[in-house]
Amino acid sequence: MQPGALSSTLRKGAIWGFIVLELIFFSIAGEYLSLSDKAFMDYDNMLLLLKQSAPIGIIAMGMTIVIVNGNIDLSVGAIFAIAAIVLLDSMTWPIFAGLGDWVIPVAWLLALIAGTLLGALNGLIVWKTGVDAFIVTLGAMLGYRGIVFMFNGENPTSHLNWTLVDFAEAEFLGFATATWFLAAVTIAIWFLMTKTVHGRNAYAIGDNREAAVNAGIRVGPHMMINFAIIGFLAALSAVVFYSESGSVNPNDGQLYELWVITAVVLGGTKITGGAGSVIGTLGGVIAIQLLRKGLGHIGADTSTVNLVIGLILIAVLILDRQLNIKSKGALKI
Amino acid sequence: MATMTKQQIGSIFAKQGILIAFALFLIAFTFANPKFLSIDNTFSVVRSSAIIGIMALGVTFVVISGNLDLSVGSMMSFSTIVVLDLHDKIGPFLAIPAMFAMTLALGAFIGFLVGYMKLNSLIVTLGMLSAIHGLTLTYSGGQNMDIADKEGTWFSVFGQGTALGIPVPILMFAAVAALLGLLLGKTPFGRKVYAVGGNGTAATFSGIKRARTVFTCYILSAACVATAGLIQASRSMGSQNTVGQGLELEVLAAVILGGASLMGGSGTIFKTVIGVLILGFIQNGLLLMGLQFYVQYVVTWIIIILAVWLDIAAKRGKLLSPIA
Amino acid sequence: MTTQPVLRLADIVKTFPGVRALDGVSFSVLPGEVHALMGENGAGKSTLMKVLGGIYQPDEGGIYMGDEQVVMNGPLEAKAKGIVFIHQELSLAEELSVAENIYLGELPRRSFGRVDWQTLADKTDAILKKLNVGFNARTRVGDLSIANQQMVEIARALTHEAKAVIFDEPTASLTDAEKVVLFEVIADLQASGVGIIYISHRMEEIFKITDRITVLRDGQYQGTVQTRETDEEAITQLMIGRKLDLSRAAVEHEIGDVALEVRGLSCGKLYQDVSFEVRRGEVVGFYGLVGAGRTEIAETLFGLRDPSAGKILLDGQEVRITSPADAIERGISLVPEDRKGQGLILGMNCRDNMTLPQVDDLKAGPFVAEGAEVAIFDQYRDRLDIRTPGWKQQAGNLSGGNQQKIVIGKWLSMHPNVLIVDEPTRGIDVGSKSEIHKLLRSLAAQGYAVMVISSEMPEVLGVSDRIVAMYSGKIMRTFAANEVTEDSLIQAISGIGGDRAA
Repeated sequence: MQPGALSSTLRKGAIWGFIVLELIFFSIAGEYLSLSDKAFMDYDNMLLLLKQSAPIGIIAMGMTIVIVNGNIDLSVGAIFAIAAIVLLDSMTWPIFAGLGDWVIPVAWLLALIAGTLLGALNGLIVWKTGVDAFIVTLGAMLGYRGIVFMFNGENPTSHLNWTLVDFAEAEFLGFATATWFLAAVTIAIWFLMTKTVHGRNAYAIGDNREAAVNAGIRVGPHMMINFAIIGFLAALSAVVFYSESGSVNPNDGQLYELWVITAVVLGGTKITGGAGSVIGTLGGVIAIQLLRKGLGHIGADTSTVNLVIGLILIAVLILDRQLNIKSKGALKI
Repeated sequence: MATMTKQQIGSIFAKQGILIAFALFLIAFTFANPKFLSIDNTFSVVRSSAIIGIMALGVTFVVISGNLDLSVGSMMSFSTIVVLDLHDKIGPFLAIPAMFAMTLALGAFIGFLVGYMKLNSLIVTLGMLSAIHGLTLTYSGGQNMDIADKEGTWFSVFGQGTALGIPVPILMFAAVAALLGLLLGKTPFGRKVYAVGGNGTAATFSGIKRARTVFTCYILSAACVATAGLIQASRSMGSQNTVGQGLELEVLAAVILGGASLMGGSGTIFKTVIGVLILGFIQNGLLLMGLQFYVQYVVTWIIIILAVWLDIAAKRGKLLSPIA
Repeated sequence: MTTQPVLRLADIVKTFPGVRALDGVSFSVLPGEVHALMGENGAGKSTLMKVLGGIYQPDEGGIYMGDEQVVMNGPLEAKAKGIVFIHQELSLAEELSVAENIYLGELPRRSFGRVDWQTLADKTDAILKKLNVGFNARTRVGDLSIANQQMVEIARALTHEAKAVIFDEPTASLTDAEKVVLFEVIADLQASGVGIIYISHRMEEIFKITDRITVLRDGQYQGTVQTRETDEEAITQLMIGRKLDLSRAAVEHEIGDVALEVRGLSCGKLYQDVSFEVRRGEVVGFYGLVGAGRTEIAETLFGLRDPSAGKILLDGQEVRITSPADAIERGISLVPEDRKGQGLILGMNCRDNMTLPQVDDLKAGPFVAEGAEVAIFDQYRDRLDIRTPGWKQQAGNLSGGNQQKIVIGKWLSMHPNVLIVDEPTRGIDVGSKSEIHKLLRSLAAQGYAVMVISSEMPEVLGVSDRIVAMYSGKIMRTFAANEVTEDSLIQAISGIGGDRAA
């Protein structure tokens, strides 16, 4: 087997193995350490897991295509917050006063448009200026967050619309709405990346941008579209989450980019682009959420969770490097 | 001698652009509000920029060597909390070195991962951001830290003292800047940092120990963070355990504004200081103009992108990117 | 009636600052023929092909396809007109399948932007069948061997009806068995009337598969001959011209002890069982084709690669060299092949580049002794005649020749025991070239032990006291300066002669 093949096989399957390990570990540990009576692998608990995975998971799907494309987006948390504010606040705007509950889809639409436009703006800047996506979205992370604070200072923005909350809390076929959204987005992005020209081009551009340019692929607009997609998904995630919660703090969504990128990298996507899959990302999302839940189940607090997640990300990197064993006699640069 | 070509003007602007823009900015703001460049105000700005500034000096080394450090914010929270906690437990004389040791250990860990194991610095420091945040929370038990007897200790000198009429934080910023400026600009080590960042392969081919150089840069960054944490702790004699959250962005912004390329191989301590001051004065200027505090975030965003864009455009000779 | 050539270049002239790369070159390709383009490095072959491919525009002369004159504005246009390149460096997306790579940028579509997998598979299979390859359309390109990846590049070329296909050193990374497959592919292309341009140094192949041979030298057209009417000696003559004025400073000087000895050194597949010695006062030249293993030996001696077998002895002592820092400490200096990527830090100024390996030793207290550095720079600037407005100039702004001199100065200032120079004058103007050659000879006269790796015959002949000819990782023959002839040298490095029948 060539040195790379072991790593790519492991890369694809590993995350699921990791999830199984987690389930086993926490189920057993839970028996001894848990404060509650219920078992870890309780059916309801697992359903709740899926629902709680939705906010990060939806965005992670978008991040997958952006990273495969050779870029990155650090502003998703801020876009998430802006979309949430647009969602909740627009339901109170005087122009919509006459709509009654019909304001809900309008609010959704506005939030989604806001996210898409913000994402597209990032993409446009990357395209036209040639500034690296890292810097562009780092700046946007700051700038968009500034807009969030400018809106209402440090106060939360709230609006409760019970119809909306009822809808968000509803369950279809036993699964929460949030879970359905996650499933739909996963399938949609999976389809995009495996079955469409746009998706296959994303891999090409991330793998070998020059070859893609030489082959006539229009790289600039392509990237902009991908940023618009992740902006849309960040907004969608906010819509899904805040429809139920009804109140957003200006700091919400901070560090989301960290979780999302961690999930994507854990799921096997190469940070340099050109390789990765939505299924792997889904695995990464579930693995992280499982870790959070599991640690909580055995009595660990948020701080330990943060510590562990950070260390696991690093462990994955080390493992990845070790598996890409260079052959003997290679250049030691 | 006659007329300068467009290109020449462009290249002068690119090299000194930041300084020119900064000068224009200062002039404009002073017209708008004469209080802007008063001694009091200037001291105030520089003093509050000192913490970010010292951190930015350390990060400058990391960036010039071709890497990133996103963990500095949470590392600073860690330093602040630890020194406040230890102050009451083992006294300031022991607390300070202990805190430095612990912070440097963190920096060494990162330096090992990025320098020797050659892992991607973006991901490693992103992961460490989270890990150190968790570490800080665990250490502090989720509580904020406060020094019990605030009056009865000399510890406040770092954050609140003055010497010769100048606030101590400013003096410390200047001292660290001078020291690191010499280190980067005048010593063999500094030369190696530029070499590794400019062309790591060629550096290796010239006999430079690349891993060791990168490692040392992270140690320096950690030392700067520890110093910043000391000042922060000393300033308020108490702190939330999230005090450093988000600072990595401002630090990186300052370094970028100062003209260091994120590709590595260029930048100077002096330029970073300018970048820090630009950020500080913008913040201040916007406040004096009566604008909301958060407007500065938006302004910083625009400025970062403009600064990097113009830098790249000057190098490739074209304003817009040639990507189709 | 004579057949209309598929492609004709007439009186092409292309100049760059200071260099006339192509000087009125004319060249034509008939349908169904394999036409070899030969010449030494720097003869103009790749410039000619870049003109053909639309990467450069000719200053004079024109390109004709059929009767029309055409202008090529870029590789995509060239391809659209039926001219296809198979470059040495592969340009593929490793994560994608063979089919997706072949149709990169031209994936067949269905509604809603979906890929039409069926059509893609069918079209790809048709091409793959033509090429008679062992893999299928769905295989991930990253999983294929280099030879098969090359096949994918070739397949890419066949998505449109090609009129002319240009192969640039296609067999550099292929085994003999894989070469056979390649030649069959070429034969099939010939049979369908495609004109083939075959750029290569390898005589054996040229005489096996080509119909005509055109030779360039120093940007000038030397002649076109029918392959079956000529032989290696004649071609070699055309390539190198009359007897070279090997103006060597034939100052005889003393040859001292063995400074470097290598016994049975091997490094996996890169080179095997290499043994040679270099004495103080002599220049040993290493001549051979790309892939012969010469640079890899140099890298091993400089601590950049670990050998898999064999010994290295410095001044009679066996050593293990673990890193460049280690090599430098033992007195070995390497002027690397890639001066921009490996030899210099383009963003740094000239002086700093030159003093980098010894910056730790040039100290005044804790600081760098800038005065001493400038002194070193001045010394070598004068000695090597480096043209630069001043030491503060960024190395990236210098001309190729001057950049190379900085690198050479850098290593000379280390006063090494063994100096290894890899491609000392690649891409350098004629004037600087001869200066550097004189310098190398004078270094030997001063008692340095020098290894020169070169792919240019006049250079290696003019500079060396002994020449080691390598082919495919092995030393074929070692010549002394007075016994070497151009022909025997070319044959040795092409795999002919010695004890190995290629």
